[in-house]
Amino acid sequence: MNSTNTKEIKSTSTSNVKFPYYPGCTLKTTAKNFENSAIATARALGVELLEIPRWNCCGTVFSLAQDDLIHHVASVRNFIRVQEMNDYGLVKNENRLVTLCSMCFNTLKSTNRRMKENTEDLQKINELMYREEDYKGNVEVLHFLELLKSLGYDKIRDKVTKPLKDLNIAPYYGCMILRPKEIAIDDPEDPTIQKHILEALGVSVIDTPYKKVCCGSYQTVKDKYIVAELAYDILTHARKKGAEAMTTVCPLCAFNLDQRQQAVKEKHPDFEEMPVFYITQLMTIAFGMDKEVYGFDQNYVDPRPLLKSKSLIED
Amino acid sequence: MEDNKSPIMDRIAEANKAATTGIDAKDIENWITIHIMGKAYEVPADLTILTAMEYAGYKFVRGVGCRQGFCGACATVFRKKGDYKLQTGMACQTRAEDGMYLVQIPFTPAEKAVYDVTKEPYEASVFIKYYPEVTRCVSCNTCTKACPQDLEVMDYVQAAIRGDFDGLSDISFDCIQCGLCAMRCPAEIVQYHVAQLGRRMFGRYGLGVPDHLRKRVKEITEGKFQNEMDKLVSCSTEELRKIYTERDKEPE
Repeated sequence: MNSTNTKEIKSTSTSNVKFPYYPGCTLKTTAKNFENSAIATARALGVELLEIPRWNCCGTVFSLAQDDLIHHVASVRNFIRVQEMNDYGLVKNENRLVTLCSMCFNTLKSTNRRMKENTEDLQKINELMYREEDYKGNVEVLHFLELLKSLGYDKIRDKVTKPLKDLNIAPYYGCMILRPKEIAIDDPEDPTIQKHILEALGVSVIDTPYKKVCCGSYQTVKDKYIVAELAYDILTHARKKGAEAMTTVCPLCAFNLDQRQQAVKEKHPDFEEMPVFYITQLMTIAFGMDKEVYGFDQNYVDPRPLLKSKSLIED
Repeated sequence: MEDNKSPIMDRIAEANKAATTGIDAKDIENWITIHIMGKAYEVPADLTILTAMEYAGYKFVRGVGCRQGFCGACATVFRKKGDYKLQTGMACQTRAEDGMYLVQIPFTPAEKAVYDVTKEPYEASVFIKYYPEVTRCVSCNTCTKACPQDLEVMDYVQAAIRGDFDGLSDISFDCIQCGLCAMRCPAEIVQYHVAQLGRRMFGRYGLGVPDHLRKRVKEITEGKFQNEMDKLVSCSTEELRKIYTERDKEPE
């Protein structure tokens, strides 16, 4: 019911390279715009994100307790599904599992690392899941940004039909794709992967040290004002440096930086709203795609007035 | 538990046996011993757990229903001789085996949420609202192993978490609400209630009104069945009884 667009997108291309794709629960609900725009941009770049069958929630947070194996079962079960995709020929010898959500990425990759480094843990989990085939430890967890990097920034540049000129954007990374450094997709102290992608799209990239400051993560559930203060710092600092909007690749960061601007305004009445994009939303515009895949109706701060003022969208 | 020769139990068993097995004990060659709530009973081999318990003298008021594996009332948990695994099944569909330890679970304690599907948004948040514990699922799959209908219970819980009403309805369609999944779940999720909420939402929002229903409602409102209805309403009790007993029935 909620993947109609995805199915349509999938059915239109068969020659693309197929990657197992792990969506995660949020991508199917509040971050549907991230999923749709990412699948569309990947397809334009010759990559098919093939949703893994029967996937389950990754577990959301990687459990750090040494004796808490049960919370790793969920991630490992997804790795088994990737093995099955290869067994059944849905993908050809492709063990790289692509994720979009930073939280899922962190949980899946951290669990995978523990399983690869600790065969005893893996054996225990395999025995608990005796109805499944054993996880053999061959899956590689990849964030979508890493996939884009491996395809090459030039390839992205080649696909741009509508350069995002005069658009000043500050990329935001958050924690989950940078920390701990063992699983980081980029230099955890000075990540640049979004900068390169945005530059390929024609964006004027604004660098801010707040790009790797935590957004408050799931504290947003406990106390929205904790997050509002952090979002205020991150957004106003970007604004001072000349940014008109920010980009992210994490549905939770997006929620905290975008939706929580309502709480920011309660505490800081002078605060000026700032749109927060998924980087893939900007890619769909730059690639000249149909507005159906932009998904701006799910953004809290409407980015359309900004884009219209730059003549990047029509209505 | 050692005393399986209690005269009272013998008398109850005696009174029941013809009704449960249809044959006399002296004609039965093969006997097994089962342990019902820790007490050993000799029962004829080849009975279901339900009939074996009745043979042993149990009379069911709860924990029994259709006796055909459809109603989900006779949930049972058991262990087999020499096997550490706790197993589950419907008592009317599971054969009693020698050395089995078992007990009936006539009811699963669980709060059933009250909601009006016409007032709820058709999205995943409805599950979080009424059964927030669904998000505690760790994908251990214990629920699936417990399901006597062989449903992929964990998969439909996962479908609920991501708001996939269509998938949930498809996977959980054959649920008989026995409650065994919920009894085994370490995250204390009440899977079968979650599934029912999901199917109701899917019925309300995911499926359109089917053509045959629309057609029939139109026929009714246009009075196609009015004559027959008037006839029924004017019947005496005796006439009604006659019509009822002589009605068209599906063959047994």
